[in-house]
Formats: sequence, structure tokens, C-alpha cells
Amino acid sequence: MAQKKFVVGCFDDEKVLFPAVKQVRTAGYKIQDVYTPFPVHGLDHALGMRETSLHTAGFIYGITGTTTAISCISWIFTKDWPLNIGGKPHFALPAWIPIIFELTVLFAAVGMVMTFLWLCQMAPGVKKHHFHKRATDDLFVMVIECTEKTNAEDLKALLAANGAVETDIQVAEDGWWFGTYDNDNEKLYKQVAH
Amino acid sequence: MHLKYESQLREPLVYGNKTYAQVTEDIVRPIEAKPSRLWYIGFFIAVTLLMFGAYSVYREVTYGIGEWNLNKTIGWGWDITNFVWWVGIGHAGTLISAVLLLFRQGWRTGVNRAAEAMTIFAVMCAGQFPIFHMGRVWMAFFVMPYPNSRGPLWVNFNSPLLWDVFAISTYFTVSLLFWYSGLLPDFATVRDRAFTKLRKKLYGIASFGWTGSTKHWQRHESLSLVLAGLSTPLVLSVHTIVSFDFATSVIPGWHTTIFPPYFVAGAIFSGFAMVQTLLLIVRKVFGLTDYITIGHIDLMNKVIVLTGSIVGIAYLTELFMGWYSQNKYEGYTFWYSRAYLFSPYGWSYWGMMACNVLSPQIFWSKKMRRNVFVTFFMSIIVNIGMWFERFVIIVTSLYRDYLPSSWSVYYSPSIWEIGFYAGTFGLFFTCFFLFAKYFPVIAIAEIKYVLKRSGESYKPGFDAIETQPLDKFVHDHAHAH
Repeated sequence: MAQKKFVVGCFDDEKVLFPAVKQVRTAGYKIQDVYTPFPVHGLDHALGMRETSLHTAGFIYGITGTTTAISCISWIFTKDWPLNIGGKPHFALPAWIPIIFELTVLFAAVGMVMTFLWLCQMAPGVKKHHFHKRATDDLFVMVIECTEKTNAEDLKALLAANGAVETDIQVAEDGWWFGTYDNDNEKLYKQVAH
Repeated sequence: MHLKYESQLREPLVYGNKTYAQVTEDIVRPIEAKPSRLWYIGFFIAVTLLMFGAYSVYREVTYGIGEWNLNKTIGWGWDITNFVWWVGIGHAGTLISAVLLLFRQGWRTGVNRAAEAMTIFAVMCAGQFPIFHMGRVWMAFFVMPYPNSRGPLWVNFNSPLLWDVFAISTYFTVSLLFWYSGLLPDFATVRDRAFTKLRKKLYGIASFGWTGSTKHWQRHESLSLVLAGLSTPLVLSVHTIVSFDFATSVIPGWHTTIFPPYFVAGAIFSGFAMVQTLLLIVRKVFGLTDYITIGHIDLMNKVIVLTGSIVGIAYLTELFMGWYSQNKYEGYTFWYSRAYLFSPYGWSYWGMMACNVLSPQIFWSKKMRRNVFVTFFMSIIVNIGMWFERFVIIVTSLYRDYLPSSWSVYYSPSIWEIGFYAGTFGLFFTCFFLFAKYFPVIAIAEIKYVLKRSGESYKPGFDAIETQPLDKFVHDHAHAH
């Protein structure tokens, strides 16, 4: 993972954040991310993100569960070991509906959570750079990656003019690594003096 | 996902003058403080009960099911009663977290975390009973369908008991995933405030490296919504399938088509009562009365009076059908074994009626719904009543068989049977005490989400509207639609 340079602006009110997002984007900067303590509705659209297709994945997992259940049970009860239960049909679909339903739900739920963790690159022991400690408490932290063309000081001024309560320039790891959160300086703030 | 606009008429969901930081502070404080003496005493009692339960189970595993006072007529007694009771208690948690999410009920945010925890612990307790009822518990894995060297001899997919295996295990897994995915952002909040190395390390691992990124929140919202959509039919299916254990048999008193809705309503009824019992203690002990408000208690009591009355209608329907069907066996079970006060188990039927149908009617009064002591007392009564309901269904249908020679009236539990039940209380409360100490008992991010819409200090209230001139009010609101 590469180390990159970021300009960070912290906001303390979502009402200030939204116009600021608009201003920064209009000024031509690409916002890397906004870290918020709770889901701020509409922020994903304001940042120009596309809708997630996680629910489609969930549907596919669910269908997989349904087919797994139907095919397994019908193979077991009609081919592998047909049980004669009071002379009733071996292919007893109505009696299997409970299990088919349960497996549909199980596959969909487990699959979706796994996919969610994969997409967000989250797992026990994974660590990511923190741009601000209070991003999980009460601050909305906007992060913009610097390119060669970016004048970081100008950008900081723009953020401050749009209501950021704190602005900052940070050099940090972009992705994730295995680490624990008791070791604060592991990979953080290594080369701030750029 | 929640209410978008909120009427000024609605009472606030969060009391006091709160900021986002204050919300974090209030909810995380109990986790960061040393546990009180009361916590240690409670935890000690819970662990003691758990140990007694473990010893009771040891007796049962060593000497067999005979350690319980079951006999060949009453083959299901306390154990299956307890199983159904615990599963039912679990249902309120999923109802609050999933169904109320789909119905966009903002008030769920204050209570959903603890209620979901209750679900998971209750299902853990429930699972013990059918597993140990198997007798040879070391062969419990036989219930799983897998290619084996016994034929392969498969499980019976047409049996409600196997449906139960799938239903309960799926329910546990999905509830756990739903609960834990909701906990991730809150663990991150606790992690970022942690002041010791160990706390940073452990909450860091538990939070999976959550950052609060907008994209992650977007996916998280999608995940929660779909999991809620899956859990809603799931929770209905679970108790439906539990009721099939009885309803698909040919025992008078069990063989009724009313069972699925009747069981689901009863499950929600007892579950909400258990939520009340737990949350009334939690809000007091941890000082969370601003978040779990009297309004929450009022709303949950409304659910209790509704579901209690549905259960009451089911009881009366059963009695009616016992007469209307003109089936002698049905009539005997419902009108003699159950409803006749002086029959051997008549007391349990009328105990159930008094606890489940008559006493919750007190909640038609708003004053009673908002009274903490009445609510706490009633929550205990309801759970006793719902335990009696399952006991009535199981034992009164079994003790007088078709053959008078196999009648058995003097079924009473052995100390190890009671010990096993007490042990599951130990397990439940041990887990709940640990949860209350180390986990955020209220969903912090969700409270922050509703704070500016439903917080007391953010709602202008009606005073502001009533003092303004009428023509201004009309001008402001006339074009609303």
C-alpha cells in the first residue's frame, strides 16, 4: 500500500457539511471520502457515489440457498434413500418448504455479510488509518487526496471558508494492514514533514 | 430508513439537551467505568445458577432422561415447555430490530441493541433443551444431514422436528449477524475513546477496522435493510415451525390449525415482557433514562396489551372449537383437562388465563402504561403466564392418554429438571451481564441519526406554533400538499 498525502477538513454539523461538499466538488477537487459517526442520508449522492448492489448479491445468495435445498432434499428423498412414509409421494415438496425457506434466508444473510466485509475490507485484526479520532464520535471528516497539481494550502483555506472547524494535511497509508489499535504510530504520520 | 419528518405531537425519543458527543459520552460511560457492586452481586448469582444448571445437566447426561420425572405418558414436560418459552422470548428482539425497522418506527433505536442481545441469549438457552432431551447428547450431530457411514441414513426432511433444527439454527445465525453488523460502528466508537492499551486492542479487533466511510455506511444501510427484510419472515417462520411440532401431531389439544398465529403472538407477547424486565433495570442502573424513555415503555406496553389480547382470543377460539367440533376427545381436553378448575391441572389453565389475558388489560390505561413499577411487575406476571401457557399446552394434552390405563396425573418435576431450567437463567443472565458491561447497550450511531429530528432540545414543540398568528400558520402550511 502506498503512502499518500491528504487534506483533511473536519465539520461539526451535517448542515454545514452538505454545502461544503458541493463547494469543494464544484471547485474541481475529488473528495476521497467523508468519515461520519452515523449514516448521513444523501451524502453518498452528494459525493457522486453510485448505489451499492449489495442487495442484488443478497438475492443471488438467496436463490442459491433455495436451489441447494430443493436439489439436495429431492435427491436424498427420491434417489439416494427413498423412505416410504405411509405410502406418500417421495417428492413431498410441501413438507420441504420450511427447510427450503430457512436455507434461503441463511444463505442470503451469511453471503451478504461476508460480501459486505469483503467489499469494505473489514476483518478482525484489520487496521486502517484514522484521519481524526472523533470521526466515530461527533465530527464529519472530509478527506481529499492531493495530486501534483493540488495546492494544499488553498484547499485548506477553501475548507475553512466553508465551515470546517479543523483543517489538516496528513500523509498516510491508503489501504489497510494487520495491526492493533493500541499501537498508534505504527504506520501513521510517518512522514508528515513533507 | 426511519421517519423522515416528525410531528411535533410526537414525544421526543431522546430527552435532555444532547449533542452528538454527549450521546457517545452517556452510552459509553458505563462501559468505561468500573462495574458497580450490584453488578458483581448479580453476576455472581448468575454464574452460581449456571453452575447448578451445569451440574443438573451432568446428572442427566450421566444417568439418562430418567433423572427428570418424565414418564411414558408425559414424555414432554418442563424441558420442551422451557424450550418454547425461551424461543418465544427471543422473538421480541427480532421484532423490534427488524419489523419496526421496516415499519420505520424511530423508537426502536433506543431499545433494539439490548433486545437483539436478549434474542441471541434466549435462543442459546432454548437450544439446550431439545439437545439434552435427546438423551444421548453426544450423538446430537445426527440431526445434521450429511453423507455418513450408516447407509447413508438421512434425516427425515418431512418431520417438524427437523424443520425446528433448521429454523432455530438459522434464526440464531441470522440474529447474530444482524446484531454484530450493527455493533461494528459502535465498537469503533468505543475503540477510538479507549484509554488503556488492552481496550484499544480488544475493541480494535472487535470493530473489524471500521472507519465510518460514507461508502461503508451506504453498504451498511443496505445490509441492515435486507437483513431486516429477511428476519421479518424468518421470525414468523420460526415460531410457526415450533408450533408445527405440536400442530402436525394427532394429539387432542395440539392438532389445531390456529397454532402458528397464536404461537407467534404469544412469542411477541412474552418477548416484549422480557424486554421490559431487562430494560427497566438497564435504564436505571446505567442512567440511560434519557434514551430509554417512559415513551418507549408506553409503546411496548401497547404491544403487550395487543398481543396479550390476541392470545386471549386464541384461547377462547380453542374452547369454542372444542365444543363446536363435537369431537369428544377435543371437548374432553379443552373443557375438562384444561378449563375445569378442579381437574388435576385446571389451576395451571386458570393461572395462564389470569396472567396472560386478564391482567394485561390494565394497560388500556395510559397512566398504568407509563408507570414503571406496574410495568415491571406486569412484565414478570406475563412471563409466568406464558410459561404456564406452554405447560398447559404440553402437559394437559398428554397426561390423559386415549387409554385410561396409561393416564398419569402426578407429574411433577425433579430437582434436576428445575435445576436445568434455573441453569438456563444463569446462562442468560451471565451473558446479559457481560453484554451490559462490555458492549454499548444502546445503538449509538442510530441514536445520533434520530437525534436532530426527535431529540427534545431539537424539537420546537407546539408552543412555537401556537403563539404565531393564525394567518402566518395558514400561509406556511397551506401549500404543503
